Amino acid sequence: MKARSDMKLLRMLSIILVLSAVLLAANEPNNIEKITDVEVIVNKANVMAYYQGNDGKAKVKMTITDKKGQMRFREFIILRQDIKDGGDQKYYVYFLKPADVRKMVFMVHKHADINKDDDRWLYLPGLDLVKRIAASDKRTSFVGSDFLYEDVSGRSLEEDVHKLIETTDEYYVVKNVPKEPDTVEFSYFNVSIDRRNFVPMKMEFYDKKGKLYRVIESQKVEIIQEFPTVVKSAVSDLNTGSKTEMEFTDLQYNLGLQDIFTERYLRRPPREAIR
Amino acid sequence: MIRNKCFAVLLAISFCLPAMAKKDTANDLTLLLSNLDVHGFYEIRSGYRTRKDKYEKDMSIMEQRLQLDLSSYLDWADFKIKGDVFGDLVEEQADFDLREAYMFTRPFDFMDLKVGRQILTWGTGDLAFINDLFPKDWKSFFIGRDTEYLKAPSDAAKISFFSDLANLDIVYTPQFDHDRFIKGERISYWNSSLGRLAGRDAVQHTDKPNRWFRDDEIAVRLYKNINNYEYALYAYRGYWKSPGGLNAAQTQAIFPDLNVYGASFRGSVGKGIGNLEFGYYESDDDQSGKNGNINNSEMRFLVGYSQEIGRDLTAGLQYYIEHMLDYGQHRNSSPAGLSRDRDRHLITIRLTKLLINQNLRCSLFTYFSPSDKDVYMRPNINYKVTDNLAVEAGANIFFGDYPSTFFGQFQNDSNVYTALRYSF
Repeated sequence: MKARSDMKLLRMLSIILVLSAVLLAANEPNNIEKITDVEVIVNKANVMAYYQGNDGKAKVKMTITDKKGQMRFREFIILRQDIKDGGDQKYYVYFLKPADVRKMVFMVHKHADINKDDDRWLYLPGLDLVKRIAASDKRTSFVGSDFLYEDVSGRSLEEDVHKLIETTDEYYVVKNVPKEPDTVEFSYFNVSIDRRNFVPMKMEFYDKKGKLYRVIESQKVEIIQEFPTVVKSAVSDLNTGSKTEMEFTDLQYNLGLQDIFTERYLRRPPREAIR
Repeated sequence: MIRNKCFAVLLAISFCLPAMAKKDTANDLTLLLSNLDVHGFYEIRSGYRTRKDKYEKDMSIMEQRLQLDLSSYLDWADFKIKGDVFGDLVEEQADFDLREAYMFTRPFDFMDLKVGRQILTWGTGDLAFINDLFPKDWKSFFIGRDTEYLKAPSDAAKISFFSDLANLDIVYTPQFDHDRFIKGERISYWNSSLGRLAGRDAVQHTDKPNRWFRDDEIAVRLYKNINNYEYALYAYRGYWKSPGGLNAAQTQAIFPDLNVYGASFRGSVGKGIGNLEFGYYESDDDQSGKNGNINNSEMRFLVGYSQEIGRDLTAGLQYYIEHMLDYGQHRNSSPAGLSRDRDRHLITIRLTKLLINQNLRCSLFTYFSPSDKDVYMRPNINYKVTDNLAVEAGANIFFGDYPSTFFGQFQNDSNVYTALRYSF
């Protein structure tokens, strides 16, 4: 008798649970589950933003507009290969514009281990020179734009403490506080992550006085080979009034890149990289 | 002129290769033209001496230059021609300097081949070279042309082999390519036969090894990257690249035989990049060091370190030493008072700072020799007004205690210059 009533209770409970789950889900947009573990969220967002597929290629057009409205343009092809999702990566950047840096190559072996600096090389075609660059500061401007090296290749998740501060209908809003505040110019930054696909849609950086001074926005997201991909983004520096837009075209994932991230290909780019 | 002719032969060969390999030449030509990519720049550069030099003009550089860079490809090879047309008021001439004209192909997964006129660089030094025995253009370097012109082209074939074990580069230069060295026509120098500074009054005459396939050079590099620590071994068989001696009658400068064996290392050290390099310079025409007219054999060492010391601010430090191996013989065979020190010590310091969104680059490169007691400073400021237009100002400043040392001899050649360049 005792065992039977226990069974009944269990069945009742499970029906209630299922029902409430269905009801709850109905309240959510597109029936997506609500994740509360911030580490899961930031990990998914990190992989979504920087580790789609095993490798990738894009042609990037940058427009830098200063506060006076003067514009400068950069154009380059970027190739990426992941050693491990969320871990080490290799980047190859082949410059097309402006004319004075055309055919220059910038290569990075990125290390996820925060105690290990990335390895960076630069190839200067006019001198046939393979230069090694000392690269301890990742928060310097990438090719004179408002994007920083870290914006392009990703900031290690281990650098910050993450806190889920808000869950709206569309976004998870995660606050990121640096573990070593002296190494960066911000006190924290908030990232709004799309709940459906985990694409980071907005990053807001606050200075040491708590004032918002830098915003990165994903302006256009497209599905490329099943991967949600930011194809247009922009960064605004509220202090300097400068703005940089970045547009991605010719996007491709899983090209099956060989190990082209070597001196051989620095000196002479692989054809798939430049055509 | 002769060099240009030889080069034309090479060029013809490399461009006829596709014709020989494939019958549909016309088709290839159409493809080459449709894939053609044209770039280059136009530049005005002018400079003056900061000290009176009785052997040279006051102008150190006064030139206009147009560089055209044509590149194209077929499915099996890349082609490139890059050349400068320039008019120069100091030497009062217009000239054409063909910088690159080559064919590149990747015939196998494990092999690259580049044939023709090309710029070649290897080794770890920053504006200091031990195992890089490809031609340098010291003249351009000292009068304030863009640093790119420090490297003079080679007419050569570079074959590279790649494997997991190690990579191998072989560069064969069928006819010796010497440096564009200082000989007095626009830069005054220490003339050891005259025992004084000299310039246009005593332009150095040289006897160059120039027989095809006999006076040739071969340079080899075996290298490997282990966890991003770069190791390399080098060997070279050829000639001193700048005059390394005098003929027996002491009337002409010569390029004695030279063999070099060396090694290098480069990798991250602490927060920066460290490098080590050494080379054994075997002066093959005077192995014992008895001939005072020919350079002594030497050991050369280099150790360097560079680091980002602030935002967009990089510092580099190098220590370099040339050690003569048969110094006793050198001293005995040199005229009294004219022997060099056994060791030449050199320290280089680089500071580079980027400002205004990296559009303004300020740099200072300094060579300082505590043994020769001379200094060479290269300050330079370059501002990109737009993506295409850059303005530049800089100087080449030499000073020293003695008129015969490596940099000291150029004291009167100190100069300041400005330039304007439009790139397209």
